[in-house]
Amino acid sequence: SGAPAAEWGGFEDNMQSGGSAVIDMENMDDTSGSSFEDMGEMHQRMKEEEEEEEAESEAGAGEEEDGEFLGMKGLRGQLGRQVADQMWQVGKRQASRAFSLYANIDILRPYFDVEPVQVRARLLESMIPVKMINFPQKIAGELYGPLMLVFTLVAILLHGMKTSDTIIREGTLMGTAIGTCFGYWLGVSSFMYFLAYLCNAQITMVQMLSLLGYGLFGHCITLFVTYNIHFHSLFYIFWLVVGGLSTLRMVAVLVSRTVGHTQRLILCGTLAALHMLFLLYLHFAYHKVVEGILDTLEGPNMLPFQRVARDIPVVSNAVLNTTAKTIALTL
Amino acid sequence: FPGLADVSIPQDIPVEGEITVPVGSHSPDEDYSTLDEPVKDTIMRDLKAVGKKFVHVMYPRKSSALLRDWDLWGPLVLCVSLALMLQGGSADSKDDGGPQFAEVFVIIWFGAVVITLNSKLLGGTISFFQSLCVLGYCVMPLTVAMLVCRLVLLAGAGTVSFIIRLIVVGAMFGWSTLASTAFLADSQPPNRKALVVYPIFLFYFVISWMILTFTPQ
Repeated sequence: SGAPAAEWGGFEDNMQSGGSAVIDMENMDDTSGSSFEDMGEMHQRMKEEEEEEEAESEAGAGEEEDGEFLGMKGLRGQLGRQVADQMWQVGKRQASRAFSLYANIDILRPYFDVEPVQVRARLLESMIPVKMINFPQKIAGELYGPLMLVFTLVAILLHGMKTSDTIIREGTLMGTAIGTCFGYWLGVSSFMYFLAYLCNAQITMVQMLSLLGYGLFGHCITLFVTYNIHFHSLFYIFWLVVGGLSTLRMVAVLVSRTVGHTQRLILCGTLAALHMLFLLYLHFAYHKVVEGILDTLEGPNMLPFQRVARDIPVVSNAVLNTTAKTIALTL
Repeated sequence: FPGLADVSIPQDIPVEGEITVPVGSHSPDEDYSTLDEPVKDTIMRDLKAVGKKFVHVMYPRKSSALLRDWDLWGPLVLCVSLALMLQGGSADSKDDGGPQFAEVFVIIWFGAVVITLNSKLLGGTISFFQSLCVLGYCVMPLTVAMLVCRLVLLAGAGTVSFIIRLIVVGAMFGWSTLASTAFLADSQPPNRKALVVYPIFLFYFVISWMILTFTPQ
């Protein structure tokens, strides 16, 4: 019974050094309180300790072989090499731990957990202002819809810039479009989140991103229509109605989550102003035909705006010219 | 294990066998080390793989060959040729002409990366590079459309040519989207296919729009 006892003893040793049920608090990263991440940490550490043991046993075996015929010099070289090895191991371990914690795409996964029907419902809801503002309204913290809307806005903007013959001097068309849309979405969301923090509103960053992103649905519709049908007054109608509806919805939701008249006023005023002005900016900055028409307002005896198209297909050029002439004549 | 201590082999059965353990089947790489083969063989093998994938894109059947051995040679060649053909504006024009080379490159690769991340976040089972491979190869119909557009524009830039280009680009755009959907949508849970298809649609739409609005200086 000597052999079986030794075998069982070895098994026990393995169990004890492989991991303990006691969590060493000073080694814990205080990143989150979720037990899921704690379990992941413990599991990772157990794995690494096993690997370390294997590495050490291998290195130990190697050392015994080499130290025998290298003598004193060999021993010092061995020590240096082992120290360097250990530092490398520690560094690698920390880097891989940080990487697996922060660069993990799974952090974003819960925000993309949607069904197509939900996305459609939220898109339609974003145009319907809520009536009940005394009870905090629910905002879905979802990022798929807003992200897709931002990309759609980029595509629509590109189309508008191209057909209106916009000249971008520094930078490229695509870069400007992406920069404008993403800059608005991320920048205004952050600014509004900061204001909400100052005004004690109950809203998180993801919810703010989601709210503003879905508010861009109105912008997409307006720009899609008015970049193709170039009536000046049509744009103003769309700006007021469509832009106004989506602004009202966002404002109502924010109001329902804020207490105090001054705070409500600040938040809603800022959001409404930024949202509506952005739509105005998108239309005027990237729509040269409209700018040309504004020129004709300065003098009634000026000639109708003659566009010198550079590379626009003849079909739309004729339409644009006719439109410009008719509007200038009716003013 | 005391019960096994007295296992013994009966004397009348001869014990025989090989002392050395056969190593088993080599993988083809170990059998003929590909370092020693002539360069032509290596290139031809890679070219054949790329060519086979092009054929798969032309006739999008649900086969897994495109996904299994992914490679990025085909997407690179297509992307470079598309970007070269889209470089329309003459060098001495003082305003920004058509999309520059770097712009097209960045759009295609950045767009493909975003779509891949999106499909992974939505619960897709396909790997990062496999998805990049499929999206890159499915740009091929649009490259063909660009070629056709350039040829049509050599003949003239009137309304008729615009309509021809519109039809060609529209057809190729539909083909690209269908081909990539055939490969990518299968890796998603069935009720979320629309969520994955929409960004692909947008991506190829932007590329088609760049092709359609291209006019040489």
